[in-house]
Amino acid sequence: MKVGVCLKQVPATDSRIQVKDPAAGVDTSDVKWEINPYDEFALEEALKLKDDKKASEVVIFTFGDKAAEAKIRDGLARGADRAVRIDDPALQGSDALGIARALAAAAKKEGVDILFCGKQAVDDDQAQVPAMVAELLGWPQVLAVDHIDYGDGSLRARRPAGGGATEVVEAPLPVVISCDKGLNEPRYASLRGIMMAKKKKIAVLGVGDLGLDPSQVGAAAAMVAESNWSEPPPRPPGRILEGDTPQVVAELVRLLREEAKVI
Amino acid sequence: MFAPSEDQQALIDAARAAAEAILGPTVREDDEAERFRRDAFRRLGEAGLCGIPTAEAWGGLGLGYLEYAMVLEEVAAVSAAYGVALAVSGLPQVILARYGTDAQRERWIPGLAAGELLGGFALSESGSGSDAASLKTTARRVGDEWVLNGSKFWITHAGVGDVFIVMARTGGPGARGISAFIVPADAPGVSFPKREEKMGMRASPTGEVLLEDARIPADHLVGKEGEGFRIAMSALDSGRITIGAISVGLARAAWEYASRYACEREQFGRPIIRFQGVGFMLADMAMRVEAARLLVHKAAWLRDEGRPYTHVAAMAKCTATDTAMAVTTDAVQVLGGNGYIREYPVERYMRDAKVMQIVEGTNQVQRLVIARHLERTFGPR
Ligand SMILES: Cc1cc2nc3c(=O)[nH]c(=O)nc-3n(C[C@H](O)[C@H](O)[C@H](O)COP(=O)(O)OP(=O)(O)OC[C@H]3O[C@@H](n4cnc5c(N)ncnc54)[C@H](O)[C@@H]3O)c2cc1C
Repeated sequence: MKVGVCLKQVPATDSRIQVKDPAAGVDTSDVKWEINPYDEFALEEALKLKDDKKASEVVIFTFGDKAAEAKIRDGLARGADRAVRIDDPALQGSDALGIARALAAAAKKEGVDILFCGKQAVDDDQAQVPAMVAELLGWPQVLAVDHIDYGDGSLRARRPAGGGATEVVEAPLPVVISCDKGLNEPRYASLRGIMMAKKKKIAVLGVGDLGLDPSQVGAAAAMVAESNWSEPPPRPPGRILEGDTPQVVAELVRLLREEAKVI
Repeated sequence: MFAPSEDQQALIDAARAAAEAILGPTVREDDEAERFRRDAFRRLGEAGLCGIPTAEAWGGLGLGYLEYAMVLEEVAAVSAAYGVALAVSGLPQVILARYGTDAQRERWIPGLAAGELLGGFALSESGSGSDAASLKTTARRVGDEWVLNGSKFWITHAGVGDVFIVMARTGGPGARGISAFIVPADAPGVSFPKREEKMGMRASPTGEVLLEDARIPADHLVGKEGEGFRIAMSALDSGRITIGAISVGLARAAWEYASRYACEREQFGRPIIRFQGVGFMLADMAMRVEAARLLVHKAAWLRDEGRPYTHVAAMAKCTATDTAMAVTTDAVQVLGGNGYIREYPVERYMRDAKVMQIVEGTNQVQRLVIARHLERTFGPR
């Protein structure tokens, strides 16, 4: 069984996000990058299948420029076998659907049996790509999964359904799974893994290699356009209540009910 | 040269992640309980940290001392005790790689590089520290065995390690009469009667290695008879780079902690970093850490390039360890009362830093090495 993992690099969660030019978006000159945390669960799930000899090969798919290779190498160092990086001038300005078209084409070309994605990327938090990829491929999808049992040619995936309830979905392969926290405990790269990753291959594929229709991807095809960026307003400072405990508690309850409207 | 390459950065990130995951959660507890965890060391080995400069053929990573220094800095920023464990267990690997026979290398290096075995280096005795060439432990050839007698003092990993390179006298007095031996911890006649109680570096076990008619096979001699002192000194040259790197890690951890604290802690209505007395102290700490790191990296680079590096390694060890002492002491000062409280890590950094000025040659001995180099360079020929 061949397993694919969609991997995106995102600004580290403790980065300082700044918008300098409203047209250009987030200023990334000072940003440290990391693998999208949800993608780490996706990668770990694939690597566990390989450890258990259920998967013969783990392939990373990344839509991104050369700068994304550092995090692809991190994925290879953790144990993935090779990677496909999708990069083409014709893909620039793609929206989520354009990106999904490219990833779907790559997953199909590789013939993976399971495509693991993160539940969402923590940079723009759109959570669109996994569902779109599944639709484009005509594969079943189970999203935001926190437990999987693997069968023969199928799997059962559990997802929180809100209010403490869970939903268990059985799906035949091939399938798209998006991974949530709790699914597993991601490993980090060993130093030996890093040395070995240097010898692993990252193939770079473009629109032609993937058989994509250039009119369906890139800026021209995008249905979502970014027009203006601004930083969120600064958070108002917290308030400290002073006085006797009974008085303060009463005041706190009142504020929570009347101002914050949370109780 | 002045910034890690992409590959080196990946190693640094991986080392930090491994150290934080494996050592971070229990670092304070282990210090308090004076506990060394073989399982944690083993896990460092699984992460690839136990044989960084050791050849790939023997299970190492085959990297240079520059990478070794970068990785040790990261580990030591979390736990200096395990930084020392990696460095000390690295010494038998370096020694056997250079002076050992094929059989000796195959027997010991892969296990050490994997972190399955824990190694040590036993030179010091209660009567011979700085003056190591005066050591009194003896080795006698009896049939096809060597029989060792004596007591080695302050030996890192005594009682927990599996194998030690022991320096013992096989000939006359002085450096030329000393030979190096591989002494397995379970060899007959080897015991570990005393574990020292220390000021700092408490998770790193230190103790006596007692040799009472200790018997090892004849093929456990390393190098030639009489070559032991040279072997020990060359190991210490390399070791000084590692002690320097560990000290940079300690100093960096203290300086970063203190900087963050000084930005948050407010007195007189402002963060204390805005008081010149505190801000300048932190600025000095930053300069010293950066400068020490560059010197350690230079010594490592010289070694990797195959150039003479003994005097630069001495400078690096001395500078980095003096830096660690000064910076960790100032970090305690920046934290004020909290600096002295064990719930905060800086007092541990300070206790751990002190020993760095003493081991692998005291800082007085380093200055001696540097001064001798100066005399050779500038004195009459
Ligand atoms: C935690 C710890 C771990 C250790 N681990 C090991 C180990 O694994 N293996 C090992 O072999 N040893 C180890 N040692 C021993 C260490 O290497 C020695 O303590 C060190 O070399 C100093 O020797 P000494 O203690 O006998 O001090 P001394 O040599 O007695 O020195 C006392 C003081 O005199 C100064 N001094 C001595 N000679 C001179 C001189 N010529 N000029 C100027 N000043 C001088 C010294 O700098 C020092 O300040 C360890 C020590 C400690 C504390």
